Amino acid sequence: MSQLPVIFKRELASYFATPLAYVFILIFLVLSGVFTFYLGGFYERGQADLTPFFSFHTWLYLFLIPAIAMRLWAEERKSGSIELLMTLPITRFEAVTGKFLAAWVFAALALLLTFPMVVTVNYLGEPDNGVIVAAYLGSWLLAGAFLAIGSCMSALAKNQVIAFILAVSVSFLFIVSGLPMVLDAFAWAPQWLVDAVASLSFLVRFDSISKGVIDLRDLLYFLSLIVAWLAATAVVVDLKKAQ
Amino acid sequence: MIELKSLTKRFAQHTAVDALSFSVQPGEVLGFLGPNGAGKSTTMKMLTGFLAPTAGTASIFGHDIRTRTLQAQRLTGYLPEGAPCYGDMTVRGFLEFIAEVRGFRGAEKRARVERAVAQVELERVLGQDIETLSKGFKRRVGLAQAILHDPRVLILDEPTDGLDPNQKHQVRQLIQGLAQDKIVIISTHILEEVSAVCSRALVIAAGRLVADGTPLELERRSRYHQAVTLVADGPLDEQAFAALPGVAGIERNAAEHSLTVLAQPDAVILPQVNALVAARGWTIRELNVERGRLDEVFRTLTRGEAA
Repeated sequence: MSQLPVIFKRELASYFATPLAYVFILIFLVLSGVFTFYLGGFYERGQADLTPFFSFHTWLYLFLIPAIAMRLWAEERKSGSIELLMTLPITRFEAVTGKFLAAWVFAALALLLTFPMVVTVNYLGEPDNGVIVAAYLGSWLLAGAFLAIGSCMSALAKNQVIAFILAVSVSFLFIVSGLPMVLDAFAWAPQWLVDAVASLSFLVRFDSISKGVIDLRDLLYFLSLIVAWLAATAVVVDLKKAQ
Repeated sequence: MIELKSLTKRFAQHTAVDALSFSVQPGEVLGFLGPNGAGKSTTMKMLTGFLAPTAGTASIFGHDIRTRTLQAQRLTGYLPEGAPCYGDMTVRGFLEFIAEVRGFRGAEKRARVERAVAQVELERVLGQDIETLSKGFKRRVGLAQAILHDPRVLILDEPTDGLDPNQKHQVRQLIQGLAQDKIVIISTHILEEVSAVCSRALVIAAGRLVADGTPLELERRSRYHQAVTLVADGPLDEQAFAALPGVAGIERNAAEHSLTVLAQPDAVILPQVNALVAARGWTIRELNVERGRLDEVFRTLTRGEAA
């Protein structure tokens, strides 16, 4: 019998056990509003779409998602409850996946609470709601990739602050690998290497999804990234749990 | 039953558990003794599947802890050292979580939680967050989660550490009250606990087994076994005691006119001592026959190994 839902339920509930979850959601909503209306020039553009809203998600997630992920394993190790968890009859897969899914659903909740944006843009004009749905899906996948990295970093560090910083750093690498300044640094390299580095970038992948283009390869990219980082999490949990 | 076969755990620098082999039968309450760092907790962590052994293995009712970890874990209830819990959960929420992980749902889940709560008397704090509880209550929450599924094997790492005498008594009573067909392994360095609850004591030092027997047998190893301690009103003649048959030696105690007469192994010296006291007409205020001092046995056994 799979105990994954039990782990998932406990983890999700623990987000709401402290005011932290509400504070996080509030910050996310305020910041995404600020980015959309001020930096994104939502009104000035005069277009009925949510591009200004989604285009800042990568940068928003860079700092907010590690904050959700940092407690996943670091707290268990700090309090010693990891010894309890890992001696219960559950597999590592159930523990790692259950925790990740709880964090991912929490991120989905925060994302869904931005629905006033959709209402606003539909009130003001006639946007392509298919594009918006696709962009939401892409944004959620992006959050999942950040979370999987954060989960692994949280397993690596016993201290939540260190887990946060590690997660931000690694995630940052995955973002900037698509920026021209990084790619220019690879000017000496063969084209295939430049393409490989660029193809790792969240920015490039997310950009196409947020424009409503759901490419199977982009979906596979995010999903395989999540799977790979979760597998790494399981390995790290095993190596580090007793320390 | 539990069977350890040359169970070994090496960390980078040292060997924490060194080829430990023994078996435990249902009905036994095993006291696991040893100085700090002797490998007690590491052994327990391997038995519960938290750490993988470096070499050797162990089985719990036939389930190898390396290959059939989940099956072994299902049969086991475990209280880790310091009784870690999820502090942000309420006692009820936490125990219900454990019950669900253990596969109980609905009415059975509620019944299990209720029974465990009654067994360790947690009714008063059910709705409280665990982190707000006192040490004694936290320990009881840890015990409750360990016994919730009525496991055949109960492994408790220092269950009474840091508790006050009343709480210690309660925990011991709980252990004694458990069903007779269980295996209970308790690690401790409180020696009177071993005499109080254990049917068998196992002493390890530096990862190796140095003694295995009933608490009584361990006490018999003490040089104070069957020793007679006397407190008199006037001076006592040490030479006369030393000359008695079966006497191994005399020790002077801190109190005035007080002697401890040591017996040779397997000798009973009380009659001789009594006869001598009567013959000389000494007034004796106190007379004690000792069963043996566990702490002394413990020191001899574990220091010898460390040296």
